[in-house]
Amino acid sequence: MSAQPAPRTGAIDVAAIRADFPVLDQQINGRPLVYLDNAASSQRPRQVIDTISRYYEHDHANVHRGVHTLSQRATDAYEGSREIVRQFINAGDTKEIVFTRGTTEAVNLVAQSFVRPKAGPGDEILISGLEHHANIVPWQLVCEQTGAKLRVIPITPQGEVDFAAFEKLIGPRTRIVALAHVSNALGTIVPVDKFIAVARQHGVPVLLDGAQAVPHGKVDVRALDCDFYCFSGHKMLGPTGIGVLYGRQKLLEAMPPWQGGGDMILSVSFEKTTYNQLPWKFEAGTPNISGTIGLGAAIQYLQAVGIERIAAYEHELLLYATQRLQEIPGLTIVGTSAHKAAVVSFVMNGIHPHDIGTILDTEGVAIRTGHHCAMPVMDFFKVPATARASMAFYNTHAEIDRLAAAIEHTRKVLG
Amino acid sequence: MDLKDLYRDVIVDHNRNPRNFGKLDPADAHADGHNPLCGDRLSLYVNLDGDRIREVKFDGSGCAISVASASLLTEAVKGKSRGDVKSLFDEMHTLLTQHDAPVDPAKLGKLAALSGVREFPARVKCASLCWHTLNAALDSQSDPVSTE
Repeated sequence: MSAQPAPRTGAIDVAAIRADFPVLDQQINGRPLVYLDNAASSQRPRQVIDTISRYYEHDHANVHRGVHTLSQRATDAYEGSREIVRQFINAGDTKEIVFTRGTTEAVNLVAQSFVRPKAGPGDEILISGLEHHANIVPWQLVCEQTGAKLRVIPITPQGEVDFAAFEKLIGPRTRIVALAHVSNALGTIVPVDKFIAVARQHGVPVLLDGAQAVPHGKVDVRALDCDFYCFSGHKMLGPTGIGVLYGRQKLLEAMPPWQGGGDMILSVSFEKTTYNQLPWKFEAGTPNISGTIGLGAAIQYLQAVGIERIAAYEHELLLYATQRLQEIPGLTIVGTSAHKAAVVSFVMNGIHPHDIGTILDTEGVAIRTGHHCAMPVMDFFKVPATARASMAFYNTHAEIDRLAAAIEHTRKVLG
Repeated sequence: MDLKDLYRDVIVDHNRNPRNFGKLDPADAHADGHNPLCGDRLSLYVNLDGDRIREVKFDGSGCAISVASASLLTEAVKGKSRGDVKSLFDEMHTLLTQHDAPVDPAKLGKLAALSGVREFPARVKCASLCWHTLNAALDSQSDPVSTE
């Protein structure tokens, strides 16, 4: 593993942190880059990049196979990352940590291997109106395959999941509740504890899409008491193409493998194949070894900075960005829950979000514009798209001033 | 990349005050276009006189580039034959995508104002959506056109 920054105490030292992120130090269209598209993908610190380079330069071989030194090193680093992930989300056992390509694959795995075999006509799958497409479409596929019905908990004008409606919708035919922990489109932090408690009373398992939650606040899967928790490496300083499925051990044990291939078997003959144990039963084929090792380094970086400290600082940025943007005439913030991650989604009178995105880019400010893979959320607010600024702990108050100034400039060009 | 090249006065004007905005009902030909990436949605309505476009209107919602492009299109194709539209489509395709293609304002008229789009690759689909939609209307395709 790479050298990590020394644990920091007190407030966040943003200047020191920014020096760790080489990509931030560049000019875009003649101006210093302001990167506010962290909900789409975060950037990587030097420590993660170096860990991956070092792995390829010194240690690469296939895992779980060779008796030679490199294979042993690669296996140790790969399985070492699993332990880092386990500690990070406080799972009880590394058997409960399955590496996937990302949140999307993790949700699909649960949909196909856990829900599909036990769902049938008349059964229901319960999601919310806040979901990313990755937590909608896998369930629609299961519904098509089994005849089950997708039920959707409505959201409120503030962009919160309607808890009272949820209590009415959950019932004896509900096979799973699948919820975003934090909304990618609006930033709403869903009070999942309340939802899980009700689901427990009904004996319904719960999957959480934690892609937007994990890098921005402490996640403890045992305290949450959820059954499945999914997240992606690239939104938390790690590589693309790597993600995690946490699953309760007894559920994972009962689930059939999702994909077949190498690594997920103990023995194969044409008559009978014996599947491997957890978690490898769900990791068919040569895994994303470097991605997994990079993810481990990313978690160590986040831990060294301090997740609580990150959450507190990002909350400051959220309050400041909300205040600055609210001052801009004609700008409306979409998603106004009192509990939000550092995401500000907004629209402007008479100016389409795509034009905002282009003009901001010419000012060096990177934001996301579009439907954020959450078209039902856009439909609810009756907008085709929004502009979204999403902050990370390496962003600064001065960058939010640059964002506000660039939006004012947009008004001058097109207003 | 100069913003002034993208949001030229003509484009800002046609976005604020789109020409030929509305429906034709009945219409001899009609098609819907959708750019899922941005959420731009356009509908084009055409009335024909034999081979020629007598009347053309559009409605829908989208970014400044897609609205201005559709508005400019309606002005440019009125009175044109199918063959004229086909060669205009090819000219526009070149204008929007070929970095070093010369721009001939004599041939393209106000449409030349869209040449700045080529410096913004993410926005080419916004400008070309209306042209694909017009093609679909003239081909009487019934399926909605998508830029994806």
